[in-house]
Amino acid sequence: MYIAATRRADQAGGRTAVGTSRGFTRNVPANVLALGTVSLVTDISAEMVTAVLPTYLVLTLGLSPLQYGLLDGGWFGVTAMVRLLGGQIADRTRRRKLVAGTGYGLSAVCKLGLPLVGSSVAGLGLVLAADRTGKGLRTAPRDALITLSTPTPHLGRAFGVHRAMDTVGAFLGPLAAFAVLWTTHDAYDAVFVVSFCVATFGVLLLMLYVRDHREPAPPRRAASLRAAFGLLRLAPFRRTCVAAALLGLLTVGDTFVYLVLQRGFDIPLRYFPLLPLGTAGAFLLLAVPIGRLADRVGRFRVFLGGHLALLAAYLVAAAPTGGHTSGTASRWAVLLLVLGLQGLFYAATDGVLMAAAGPLLPVHLRTSGLALLQTGQAGARLLSSVVFGAAWTLWGAGPALYAMGAGLAGCLLLARRLLPSAPLDPEVTG
Amino acid sequence: MKRALALALGLLVLVGVAVGYSTFAADRNEEATVERRPLDLTARGRLVFVDTNRAGGHRTVADTGLDTPAATRTDSGLRCERFAVGAGTGVCLQTRGGPLPGTDALIVDAETNVKRRIELAGTPSRARVSASGNMVSWTVFVTGESYNKTGFSTWTGILDTRTDYTLINIEAIPLTVDGKPYHSPDVNYWGVTFAADDNRFYATVGTKGHTYLVEGDYANWEAHTIRDGVECPSLSPDGTRIAFKKRSGKATWRLHVLDLATMRETPLAEHANVDDQAAWLDDNTVMYGRDRDVYAVPADGTGAPRLLVTKGASPTLLR
Repeated sequence: MYIAATRRADQAGGRTAVGTSRGFTRNVPANVLALGTVSLVTDISAEMVTAVLPTYLVLTLGLSPLQYGLLDGGWFGVTAMVRLLGGQIADRTRRRKLVAGTGYGLSAVCKLGLPLVGSSVAGLGLVLAADRTGKGLRTAPRDALITLSTPTPHLGRAFGVHRAMDTVGAFLGPLAAFAVLWTTHDAYDAVFVVSFCVATFGVLLLMLYVRDHREPAPPRRAASLRAAFGLLRLAPFRRTCVAAALLGLLTVGDTFVYLVLQRGFDIPLRYFPLLPLGTAGAFLLLAVPIGRLADRVGRFRVFLGGHLALLAAYLVAAAPTGGHTSGTASRWAVLLLVLGLQGLFYAATDGVLMAAAGPLLPVHLRTSGLALLQTGQAGARLLSSVVFGAAWTLWGAGPALYAMGAGLAGCLLLARRLLPSAPLDPEVTG
Repeated sequence: MKRALALALGLLVLVGVAVGYSTFAADRNEEATVERRPLDLTARGRLVFVDTNRAGGHRTVADTGLDTPAATRTDSGLRCERFAVGAGTGVCLQTRGGPLPGTDALIVDAETNVKRRIELAGTPSRARVSASGNMVSWTVFVTGESYNKTGFSTWTGILDTRTDYTLINIEAIPLTVDGKPYHSPDVNYWGVTFAADDNRFYATVGTKGHTYLVEGDYANWEAHTIRDGVECPSLSPDGTRIAFKKRSGKATWRLHVLDLATMRETPLAEHANVDDQAAWLDDNTVMYGRDRDVYAVPADGTGAPRLLVTKGASPTLLR
């Protein structure tokens, strides 16, 4: 892993040192590390709840799967609105930390709401929606703060460090939930209370250690919803949004890929929950090196390359021979390859896109712009899951994956023409 | 320095709250001592059920007499969330703790000794054994993972105890909907019930917002839909009717009985929301879990529900 190297001598080493271990935190501003720590702690809290929620709802409250499904869906419109609105408020008041903190705080309070609403389906739905609203509220201002705290040449690495720390939290959450359940003889409310305490600690860290970025006020009241959408008149940003949405439309949801794998590889059901961990593990390991690579060779180039990894993952997962190769060892190798490619995809696209888009946006509208980009991408992925479901129905899993892969390849060619590919992205100042 | 102090202070308070509440919750959930005796799953006339007296994860299989339901209960010590019996063969859905939680399906003999353990994922939902004890089925439900949630899916398995052949997920069975072959990635099966010949079975298939009653053929491995809007079927002992839950609201159900000869359905006298796969007490009575108790109601729509077992679920009458 990345052991923090205190060596600073290789600064003089020039390009020869590039590619060797340079340490996890070098050239990463303290503010980004603080935000990363907040995300790590918050993700522990969130994943504690995610890990126990199905069992809690079904076995302790006696909810049926259908009711669970009702709790889960249908909030996309609300979160999208909140995301855009939050970005706009953050820009207008230039208080990104406050807006992000409100989002973190809201999610923390929701952890206490879970045991309080009992088995009321409406109440649970409301709490989960509020939790998700909090997540929608905080993402864009947090990413904007990362771009504003980091010199442009190091943005890729900064986002890589942030996303890696975030993923560490996602790994620790289920373990923490298990520890609480084990020590309290299955007291689910204790999991929620501990999760609340962890989330509150995250808010405290944010309040104490994250510094807001207070640039001079823009000339006139330039931040409004109209101004946010007006960002689409900036050609490079518009092209980025179009490319991200296009590619999002052809991104098959992880769950679908895992289902294809489970069927093709005959994975024992009990190991099914391990598949996402494989992807997350690869993401965790690759986020920083890929972020650094993006800083060197161009973020959009790496962003597109990430989709090539996804394309490869589709092809391997859908290959009819994939699951039927003789020998357990080779089957495991293929399985790990697919999960690794998916992790590579996330490492090369998730933070890298923010690192690429941030400098394209004027500072006084940066949160709004990132919120717009994230909302467009999320909407496209939602649509893609509907489209892929339909394709699966029509043609079966393998052909549907091939079709999505063919579409992805086409869109990649298109996106390559749309996106600037220069190694160093020009900074736009507002 | 001030910041570090504030952080340490905050951390101290939060750790205090977390540890304090967990200690309180642990004391509250301390397992009560119960008398444990082995159960006899061949004792005709006894009612076997899952004792819901204690908190989740510590519920055990118990039994009681039908005449004096409130009086004596025997606790087997077998930890189950769902349980069903047929001719001395039981199936128990048991949750598995740990950082990677899941569910195990245990096949037990007449003395509740575990004969086989099938490791599954997800949360227990339904369990059933055919009257002969030859065929076993269970349903667990698995939720999507956290990156891109796409809701839940159910996994229904069927096990033939004569050959030990086990299907973990029956959803690949060739399905005919309204006479036409049907393929969809969103098909989910749940709530199997077996006919007396140990070959025919009924279940629910959910797809595209429909919940069809399907009739399946185990030997020929095919299934076809019979009717829409039927969930968690339960075949009567004489094989003529199916008790099921029918959607009555956005997420509420009412028990009905479907006559297979006339295809007429009758709402039962239980008006409360029931989300359970019913079981048959006899050819004229249906029993089911409601809240944390077991009730019985006549199968012809007359009468009124009566309390059968307090603090119980998953009832089976040993025949």
